[in-house]
Amino acid sequence: MQNSSLATDAGHHKPASPRVAGSRKNVGRAVVILASLAFLVLLLIQILYTTGATTSGFADWRPILAAYLFWAVAIGVGQVVIRGERGLRALFLLPAVFFTVAVVIFPTLFGIYIASLDWNLSSLEGPRFYGFNNLIGLFHDTYYWNALGNMIFYTAAVLGEYAVAFGLALLLNAEIRARKFFRVVFLLPMMLSPVAVSWMIGKSLMEYRFGPAATLARYLGWENPAFFASPWMAWLSIQAMDAWVSIPFIMIILLAGLQAMPKEVQEAAKVDGANGWQAFWHVTFPIMLPVSITVLIIRIIFKLKLADIVINVTAGGPGGATDTVSSFIYRVYRDRSNVGYGTGLAIFYLLLIIALLTILLRLSNRWTQKVE
Amino acid sequence: MATFTSASKPVRKHHPAARAKRILGRVLIYGALLFWAFVCLFPIYWTITTSFKSAVDVTQGHLIPWLDFQPDWKGWRSLGLSPDTIFGTSTSRAEFGSRFANSIVTSVGASVLALILGSLAAYGLSRFRYKFAWMRNDDILFFFMSQLILPPVVLALPFLVLYKALSLLDTRFGLILLYTLTVLPIVIWIMRDQFNSIPIELDEAAFVDGLSTWGAFIRIVLPLSVPGMAAAFILSLVLCWNEYFFAALLTSTDAKTLPVMVASQTGSQGINWWSMAALSTAAIAPLVIVGIFLERYIVSGLTTGAGK
Repeated sequence: MQNSSLATDAGHHKPASPRVAGSRKNVGRAVVILASLAFLVLLLIQILYTTGATTSGFADWRPILAAYLFWAVAIGVGQVVIRGERGLRALFLLPAVFFTVAVVIFPTLFGIYIASLDWNLSSLEGPRFYGFNNLIGLFHDTYYWNALGNMIFYTAAVLGEYAVAFGLALLLNAEIRARKFFRVVFLLPMMLSPVAVSWMIGKSLMEYRFGPAATLARYLGWENPAFFASPWMAWLSIQAMDAWVSIPFIMIILLAGLQAMPKEVQEAAKVDGANGWQAFWHVTFPIMLPVSITVLIIRIIFKLKLADIVINVTAGGPGGATDTVSSFIYRVYRDRSNVGYGTGLAIFYLLLIIALLTILLRLSNRWTQKVE
Repeated sequence: MATFTSASKPVRKHHPAARAKRILGRVLIYGALLFWAFVCLFPIYWTITTSFKSAVDVTQGHLIPWLDFQPDWKGWRSLGLSPDTIFGTSTSRAEFGSRFANSIVTSVGASVLALILGSLAAYGLSRFRYKFAWMRNDDILFFFMSQLILPPVVLALPFLVLYKALSLLDTRFGLILLYTLTVLPIVIWIMRDQFNSIPIELDEAAFVDGLSTWGAFIRIVLPLSVPGMAAAFILSLVLCWNEYFFAALLTSTDAKTLPVMVASQTGSQGINWWSMAALSTAAIAPLVIVGIFLERYIVSGLTTGAGK
């Protein structure tokens, strides 16, 4: 990174200061090289110590973390000294880049390594290399494929959440009284912790014997209101809870989009004699399409991480009907302590998500271009 | 569409049919609004009232305090937070207090850290053109946003192993780092839109006045971007406060957060409804209050994002 790859172009508004003097540049390079060397030496010492090759080293890896921080600071200082104004500009971006590399890129690569191990925390043998066997095992794991299948239904349900949220956003955007009150109330479920919601709704409101929802269901003629007994009913209940928590987010983004829409557009539609439905379908909906696609994609991303409610209400049951990939892997970690296999499942899931989102983004780009 | 009063005047004499239709529309709109308000509020109402109920009131499905059941501090007493126990010593209150403090420290700490890192990066991406190997501004932005798709399960185990090596397991600092990374993309997304909406001429005027790049950012642009920062901060706070997955896997005794405590109580057999309700109420109360009083910042901050 220190070689020159991070270069800030001349900004649009301020010419970068004149070239920095050569001697100063050398000082900057020396700082960067020294810091990198120090970091590498420390890393090497610690690796040798951990693998047992040498006897001197640190008790844990914390000094390496400190060294990484120190190295990051040195790179930043080096950028400023070498590049002057351009270095100062790079300084805006560098903290986030160093942070992301340390806590996302490195752990993900490490995860890929773990996925190639046969490693069960409860067995005494410790990790051993396993190659692609975790991946092969995954293709025979019916529970995993069942969870993946469930994810398709969960993801499809996002469209239903979107429809409800759009309706609510239109209601809030209409000429109504007490708009502020309704807006606050509609937003509240978003604030609540899914774990608390699991108890509040899943375990108490929907409780079989005396939960109010069960009482209401009995009153309406459902004699045996067991919300989590039959597979599809349990799935529906979990989905309803997740929708309850997440609809406000979709709604608030759509509402923001509706409020940014010019009023003249809708008035023009009225002048042309369009009724409410036509005005919505031919004017409002197409204009809202870009915002809709953005919020749908964000919502799908969050939906693919769904776990808390499932873990706490049904633990995947009955018979895996409500299982999500995340809740399944959570059980692989917690109950079976199967670290290598669980991480393998997670990495495979990540690859599927990346493929799915790439297709979605391509499609949405093409689609929005066609409409415009 | 117009409100009740203004709608009734001009149309009254001419079109009774149109007027009836309009009133029907109003009734439907308010009916839908009230129905959804009930859907949103009832679970919260149920939880709060249940924390004051005794066993009989729960099993008989009593709903309205004072009318069909006599409120009692039962649930709060079990947490050591009722008026008669608040000054005594209570182990459950001590435990709740430490979980509550952990939740506050980790969520506020992570939100502040994410806001600092994210605002800096967002400002850079909004004002300058970078080139990092083959990556230009859009690629760098995509790089940051793509962190959003990482499911927590991918990172959970590597972090378990890494944190063990770093002695960061079961520490608040470890959780803060993780939470920061989960909310950083959202902060960058909101803050970049916020900075884009601030005219670049302001920066230029600041340069003319002799301020440096960083001076212009801190003295001129940051004060103007408070709405976006408030929205980003609140959203981060919500996500971190409610996070369960990492906390459940990476904490055991010292750094346990409230969601983990709530979850561990639901798992145990023979739960007391009133104490669970009190615990849930206490766990959601801070964010409900934030939601009620700071709602407009969320909406206004997101509006700049959706309006582009």
